[in-house]
Amino acid sequence: MYDLSNVVITSSPHIKSSEDTRSIMLDVVIALIPSLCVSTYVFGPRAIVMTLVSIIACVLFEAAYDKILKKPSTIGDLSAVVTGTLLAFVVPVTLPYWMLIIGAGISMIFAKCLFGGLGKNFINPALAGRAFLMASWPVAMTTWVAAHGSVSLGSTADAVSVATPMAILKGTSDDTLPSLLNMFLGQIGGSMGEVSALALLVGGAYLLYRKVITIHIPAAYILTVAVLTLIAPTGGLSNIQSMLYNVFGGGLMLGAIFMATDYVTSPVSKKGQVVFGIGCGLLTFMIRKWGGYPEGVCYSIMIMNCTVWLIDKYTRPTKFGAPAKQKKEG
Amino acid sequence: MAYTFRGGIHPGTHDDPGFKAATNKKPIEILKAPDKVVLPVSMHIGAPAKPLVKKGDIVDMGQMIAEAGGFVSAPVHASVSGKVIEVAPRLHPNGSKVLSIVIENDHEDRLHESVKPKNFDAMSNDDRIQAIWDAGIVGHGGATFPTHVKIKSGIGKCDTILINGAECEPYITSDHRLLLERPEEIVEGVRYLVKIMAVKQAFICIELNKQDTFAKIEELLAGDPVIKLAPLECRYPQGAEKQLINAVTGREVPSGKLPADAGCAVFNVDTAGAVYRCFAKGMPVLRRVVTISGSAIAEPKNLEARTGTLITELIDACGGFKKAPNKLLAGGPMMGNAQFSTDTPVLKGTNAYLAFAEDEDKRVANPTCIRCGRCVGVCPMHLTPVYMNMFAAENNLEGCEEYDVLDCIECGSCAYVCPARIPLVQQFRVAKMRVQDKRRAEAAAAEKK
Repeated sequence: MYDLSNVVITSSPHIKSSEDTRSIMLDVVIALIPSLCVSTYVFGPRAIVMTLVSIIACVLFEAAYDKILKKPSTIGDLSAVVTGTLLAFVVPVTLPYWMLIIGAGISMIFAKCLFGGLGKNFINPALAGRAFLMASWPVAMTTWVAAHGSVSLGSTADAVSVATPMAILKGTSDDTLPSLLNMFLGQIGGSMGEVSALALLVGGAYLLYRKVITIHIPAAYILTVAVLTLIAPTGGLSNIQSMLYNVFGGGLMLGAIFMATDYVTSPVSKKGQVVFGIGCGLLTFMIRKWGGYPEGVCYSIMIMNCTVWLIDKYTRPTKFGAPAKQKKEG
Repeated sequence: MAYTFRGGIHPGTHDDPGFKAATNKKPIEILKAPDKVVLPVSMHIGAPAKPLVKKGDIVDMGQMIAEAGGFVSAPVHASVSGKVIEVAPRLHPNGSKVLSIVIENDHEDRLHESVKPKNFDAMSNDDRIQAIWDAGIVGHGGATFPTHVKIKSGIGKCDTILINGAECEPYITSDHRLLLERPEEIVEGVRYLVKIMAVKQAFICIELNKQDTFAKIEELLAGDPVIKLAPLECRYPQGAEKQLINAVTGREVPSGKLPADAGCAVFNVDTAGAVYRCFAKGMPVLRRVVTISGSAIAEPKNLEARTGTLITELIDACGGFKKAPNKLLAGGPMMGNAQFSTDTPVLKGTNAYLAFAEDEDKRVANPTCIRCGRCVGVCPMHLTPVYMNMFAAENNLEGCEEYDVLDCIECGSCAYVCPARIPLVQQFRVAKMRVQDKRRAEAAAAEKK
């Protein structure tokens, strides 16, 4: 007879994949590092400080919420770190720290924790924080410094401002468009994380390689914008130029690779994810072409976030052995 | 070209897919017959067998000691010769106590007079099926459905036989070793099955991680107009009947129906072997190849044991535990049952016992769904476990039914990939039982009216 006093009796399966929520979130953070590096190169050390402030604020807000409401601490899953990084990436590097911290509070408390925390929020927390900041301090949120314009760690009131490619396309600025190469590499004005399409693509490739995301949402989103801006150019550009500037300028890469792919606020089936990506692309195009804002990624994704349950309902996979399928085959 | 299905998972590591490296190179060792065997009257799905012997009787090896308790039932045979010392409830791997016949082995292995080769060609088809029933053959893949029922209900409906050598469950290598070491028995068994069921095609389905078995099997099948080898890509749960049928034939078993409704009959490789032994030697089911493996086992092995041998003896033969086990499993890690004792017998459908000492199942305190959708991608039944779990958690039985919880085959793919480590299968088992209870209650209420 063997001593089996320590064995546990549980339901199958008895082995699990090594991937867990924490490792997934860590992969997302790793995938954002190339963009942070470019951002730091372009805007100076303030980019790193902004990111750290945002991360620390998000983690502290979540920890405080858990503590006050006597819930088990959830900061170990690293999702607050991801939200903090993404929030810093969608604001101008010159945004005062206190505004950023308020944005972090809105993201964590109102968009996430009050809905029940990780997995229960219906809107992307980082985008909700950005939308709040945009509505509250529109000037600070649309003051962009030029690449390599010196940005101090303290007050940023004297920074020289430039227009983003999207604003130039919209005709709200007389600046001339940067070259496509500069835009691809990130030598432009813009929010911290969105400046270099190349760095974001590197991060996206890492996420695909690690199977954290699948190609469905980013591909559907980017292709939809590309096709629409090719057919109906914006900003008086030629068709090809319109497509390239719309795809590589602005927040499309960051939004398509890192925001729209947020698990919690995107559909669960592959079919649903394609529908979601097309919806995001369509809305982004419409806002950029006809809307009042130069940029449409943030609101497009937030609107599509609200349709996820509907999309999930109508894109449920057909179950194995379903009667209709049998008829079709027969 | 290798066949496969849509969905599923690849358990294991890059270097050791399926965690089979511990035993897949180890030849089958024949375990010495134990001093006593414990033979439960339920080693199959269906009605328990009825004992034909009583305490004190002397029995021969291969003698029927319990007869089938109905059509969906199978008899039990003495796996050793000796004296019946008890007919009483004993611990069964299902966790309950089941009426069992305990035989003290006299180590003479005196064969019973009924054990003699049969003249297959001279027998009528009904006699052949009766012979399979009398030999106590059941599905050896683990489900243990009586084989004669499958044959009888499939004749006329099935045009295809699939021999299931997928062995997709991690760690288990007993079918692999049988395919490698005794392919003649399996191929001959398939030939008998093909004749009995008069099918036009048969496939021996083996995953590519067992390619070392292909050459010999292809040689044995050379020139056979009916039976073919069907290589399968490695993917769990390819050995599940519905997935296997889909992989090889492209057919889908309709929801709620049986493989025969898709024209297929699926038999485990060792079931085919048992059919061969039944006709060529007259031997009923008395032995079973069992993989003993897992991180707690000193020396993992493939052992051939008599049915009724206690698991303790198999673990002894593997040098015991090298670390204190925190989990003992009857069957594979994906669908096997957790055990609390080694004092249970080897049954006809026992293919493995695993003992784990590490944190293999990685349970967490507060699992939280992040809606990643991995479960949706891997579900081989193409269900949406993320929503099924949500409805099950709030005991919304209408939601569970609408999202087809009853189609869940409990393969565990969703729970395996779940990064939040939600015990999804456990939720679905409970939900399925509740939905079925609800349906029964509704049917009973409708009848009253």
